[in-house]
Amino acid sequence: MTASPKYLLYIAMLVALVLAPLGQGNYIVYVLCSWLIFSVAAMGLNLTLGYAGQVSLAQAAFMGIGAYITALMTMAGYHWLLAMPFAILSCFGIGLILGYPALRVQHHFLAFVTLAFNTLVFLVLRNEEWLTGGSFGLVPIPRPDFFGFSTFKQVPFYYFALVCFLLAAGAMAWIVRSPWGRAFKALRENPIRANSLGLNTRLMTLLAFAIGSGFAGLAGAMMAPLVQFIEPGSFTLIHSLKILLMVVVGGSGFYYGPFLGAAIVVLLPELLRFTEGYYLIIYAAFVLVLMVFSPNGLIGLWQKLMDRFRTQQVERSDLKDGAQL
Amino acid sequence: MSEFIQIIVSGLSAGSIYALAAVGFTLLWQASQTINFAQGEFVMLPAFFVLGAMGLGAPMWLAIAVALGLSVLLLGAAFKKLIVEPMLPHGTLPLIIATIALGLLMKESVKEFYSAQGQPFPPIFPTEVVRVFGAAISVADIMNLAVSFAAILTLQLFLQRTRTGRCMQATAQNRGVAEILGVNVKRMVMYTFLINAALAAIASILITPIYLAKFSNGETLGLVAFIAAIVGGFNQIRGALVGGLLIGVIDNLSAFYVSSEYRAAAPLILLIVIIMVRPQGIMGTSEGRTV
Repeated sequence: MTASPKYLLYIAMLVALVLAPLGQGNYIVYVLCSWLIFSVAAMGLNLTLGYAGQVSLAQAAFMGIGAYITALMTMAGYHWLLAMPFAILSCFGIGLILGYPALRVQHHFLAFVTLAFNTLVFLVLRNEEWLTGGSFGLVPIPRPDFFGFSTFKQVPFYYFALVCFLLAAGAMAWIVRSPWGRAFKALRENPIRANSLGLNTRLMTLLAFAIGSGFAGLAGAMMAPLVQFIEPGSFTLIHSLKILLMVVVGGSGFYYGPFLGAAIVVLLPELLRFTEGYYLIIYAAFVLVLMVFSPNGLIGLWQKLMDRFRTQQVERSDLKDGAQL
Repeated sequence: MSEFIQIIVSGLSAGSIYALAAVGFTLLWQASQTINFAQGEFVMLPAFFVLGAMGLGAPMWLAIAVALGLSVLLLGAAFKKLIVEPMLPHGTLPLIIATIALGLLMKESVKEFYSAQGQPFPPIFPTEVVRVFGAAISVADIMNLAVSFAAILTLQLFLQRTRTGRCMQATAQNRGVAEILGVNVKRMVMYTFLINAALAAIASILITPIYLAKFSNGETLGLVAFIAAIVGGFNQIRGALVGGLLIGVIDNLSAFYVSSEYRAAAPLILLIVIIMVRPQGIMGTSEGRTV
């Protein structure tokens, strides 16, 4: 069997991911872990935004729901493996309930409903002190043990997060390639044609949104044991916007877009530390310019550049409209 | 009872200012299908223009005039030319992202280059209180209401009684046909952006004395403007007016009678209920679905 360059590339990426934390300080490993976590959240949003074409502004709220459920259950003594599916399913269910009314109407109403939802979730997390600890948050959230493999130290935790990430990425690859995923794409490219081919467009969009929210639940379930302390301020609207920008900057609708976008959003502040408070200004200006020149994000920009250099067939311009006499 | 009247009046006053922002929001939507997620920051920024001009020694009236001019120039003309125009061919989604980024840019710039603390903003109207049926009603509330209504009435008259206004309406209703009939569509869309900027500036100058001038003001204001526009009806100016007033009153009532902790939740719940039972809004007419 000959290994095609594509598989070699996959293996190289995997090796790079496995080797990344070795010999690094605790802080770098922490940053890498949060990159993995935000990649999972952004991947989910990419399904909603890039494949189904709907804007969700509540990804951070779903992460918050996942994180709080995980924190409360693991602090009550249940194992993380039990809490995690619970977090995902809750987010999936809430996504269905929230998306159903919003997707009855068009014009990006989901964006507004999710905007309102994110603020509501923040209010509940802050005000219901008996459950969520209010603005003091929940502490200390235990890190899980797997049959003697303790994730208490930073590097083992990275490998635990990496396994979750790879499982999520695999699930996403499967969803995107399955008939479902193709239906999502059809929906984005031409909703009227998709509808006329017998796709239940509303149901498909709703499912895309709910599955995307479920991914955010997983990201939240990974985040709670990483930071070991969660408070409502980590799940506000600005964080949802951050995840949205990850997807868009990387390239929405591209499978690898969210990974790239999350890397930029999570790692760039470290690189641009010398700019101090101006970091967000630079970043926002960069997104504006990127949107004006390449609405498909960095991957779209890359493809545009490659198309310019790659040899390509050019139609004879005199025959463009068919042979005319 | 007197308490109730007080709450209603101050709610209407705040609501009329929300309505200004919401009207601008619906105008942009009608004219160019732009959903402006930076609308809250559009209302936050002009107050800082006023403070900046006054910091240079200008009297209040001059500072307000400068702020109005700067807003129309930057938030109207420059926003349209530099951001909206190049992006319109790509559809609504990139534009939504771009306005989100723009809002972030404006907020962070004010925070870094002006101040992260709330700045006191001089009151425009006398801070006296009059007694009506035993209720203490502040003059500023009544003046806010009057100025906002005057602005919206002027806009309505302009749109319905002048030739330019009618051309703008035609553009909003059907771009293609308007162009065929000889309307300069591009210019009409530009006018809409200028009007939106002016409305945002008026709202900013009216509302900032109530709070402090702070970089994060736009977050709540933007959300309220969206909700007002959707609750009232996305495609109607009077819808945005009704929506704004309703939100203002409900906000105040819930803060007083329910709980101040969940004050911000009442408009959000109203939004979700409206989308479920009457998605076109209270005053709106339903548009055809694309799918």
